[in-house]
Amino acid sequence: MILDDKLGQDTDAFYNALMDLHEGLSEAQSHALNARLVLILSNEIGDLEKLKLLMQAAADAG
Amino acid sequence: MAYDYAPYPYIAPPGLSGPEPRHPVVIVGAGPIGLAMAVDLAQQGVKSLVLDDNNVVSVGSRAICWSKRTLEIFDRLGVGERMLEKGVTWKVGRQFHGKDEIYSFDLLPEPGHKYPAFINLQQYYVEQYLVERAQEFPDLIDLRFLNKVIDHTDRGDHVELTVETPDGTYTLEAEWYIACDGAGSATRQRMNLAFDGQTFEEHFLIVDVEMETSPFGDHDTPERWFWFAPLFHPGQSALLHKQPDNIYRIDLQLGPDTDPKEEATEEKVIPRIKQIVGDAPFRLDWMSVYKFRCAKLDRFVHGRVLFVGDSAHVVSPFGARGGNGGVQDLDNLGWKLAAVLRGDAPPALIETYSEERTHGSAENILNSSRATNFMTPKSPIEALFRDEVLTLAGRHPFARRLINSGRLSLPCSLEGMTLQTAGDAPVPPGAVITDAPLTGANGDTWLIREVQGQFTLVGFGDMALPQIDGIARIGINSRGDYPCFDATDGHAIRRYGNAHIYLFRPDGHVCAVFTTPEVAAITAAMKNAMGAAL
Repeated sequence: MILDDKLGQDTDAFYNALMDLHEGLSEAQSHALNARLVLILSNEIGDLEKLKLLMQAAADAG
Repeated sequence: MAYDYAPYPYIAPPGLSGPEPRHPVVIVGAGPIGLAMAVDLAQQGVKSLVLDDNNVVSVGSRAICWSKRTLEIFDRLGVGERMLEKGVTWKVGRQFHGKDEIYSFDLLPEPGHKYPAFINLQQYYVEQYLVERAQEFPDLIDLRFLNKVIDHTDRGDHVELTVETPDGTYTLEAEWYIACDGAGSATRQRMNLAFDGQTFEEHFLIVDVEMETSPFGDHDTPERWFWFAPLFHPGQSALLHKQPDNIYRIDLQLGPDTDPKEEATEEKVIPRIKQIVGDAPFRLDWMSVYKFRCAKLDRFVHGRVLFVGDSAHVVSPFGARGGNGGVQDLDNLGWKLAAVLRGDAPPALIETYSEERTHGSAENILNSSRATNFMTPKSPIEALFRDEVLTLAGRHPFARRLINSGRLSLPCSLEGMTLQTAGDAPVPPGAVITDAPLTGANGDTWLIREVQGQFTLVGFGDMALPQIDGIARIGINSRGDYPCFDATDGHAIRRYGNAHIYLFRPDGHVCAVFTTPEVAAITAAMKNAMGAAL
């Protein structure tokens, strides 16, 4: 699975906002935040077949 | 061959022996921005006095990446073609992670523009060309070297300056004081103005090396190469650019804990360069270790004192938004100041320089800060995200978009600001001119050539433009009793449409668009752009 860009002009603003979200957190707190974020975004995607493909893409890249 | 830094002569100024008449404009600082400012004003018949505390051009290459928009402005100022001829043209950037190329971008993929996306040219050449250009206006530009401004006071209708020379001090009066005195602006410090922003703790090493063999290897097309964690400089970033005269710029991230004095020594630098270029012979031309910050003044206009260039705003170098941003400043201010001095516009027009360019500089700082944050993660979690973006980028296009080694300088839009009249067109009000090739009665030319430098009404397609005082007219793909051109290869029509009339300001920004040539509407837009409503 090849994942194309969907954020367009907002790419840098998104990344910046994500970094801001982590600002001042301990590593454990950041870890927990990331977990919550994955759960929230997964629910927003709301499509199990798609989620399985995305999870696999993340696992394959590592 | 190393650049020959010939000093410019110091001549004892008249102010030492008696009072000088009040100068309309004094420009403090003869760097690229101050010199270009003087040339811009001179081309509009405005006299200026340029004072510099030094008597040589920039020592070291310093600013090297000059953007397409800068070249278009310098074209208007008479040095663009010379810069293009000497400079190294490039448009492609490549990003590497370790030894692998992961992403490349093309900054100008289409033909039909006079100037390329970028040239690399050492700042000393740019300053030399501008000094020589300024010397073509002996009656309008008074360029004084070794004249250091040590004090100034705003008297309301003028500014009083105290200037130190090798022969003693003297005083001057200026209607307008333009501070082009750089990032460490003494003018700004005397006025105690807040210069707030973000400071980055990373040290970077800039080295210029002269070598016959290209460090780009077999692939000797000049490009911008950026590495995250290259094998030759583990765990840090590196940047490579080609300059004229076989000089290569190498920029190495050193981390926050290095000692800048120790790093900027040949003993430390030569082994680092050998890591990159191998056994190829090279000569060290210049080096500097620096930290940077992103900061700006809240306002660029303070009474009769106007801040232009680095004195008003500083950014990190990744994105080439410092010098190029400064050139857009002077382009914005030049026509406004000339109009005010001629009495054609109210002094309040100067305030719109601050409105428009603080916006431009905020955009530059935003882009530059984001790039720097990506390149120099502040925490383990930021480093983790950065590394995983680089990992994903090998396979996934979305992650390549996230890689940020500098978003390269583009002119900002002035849409929605005071001087623009709202409207809808392929190039909307506020946007800067997009160049296109034209063919006219006198041969081939370019839109930037025909439009910049005065208010110009341009009709694209078959239509008749009205004659209005103070506005030049040109037609594209039409016939009239004013200069008309054909859109070479259709580029101009593709970019601007074939049923729109555009009113361009002297700095090439569109300030209004029309679909019919109505005199009342065009006149109103022109008056608005000259500050009539202020």
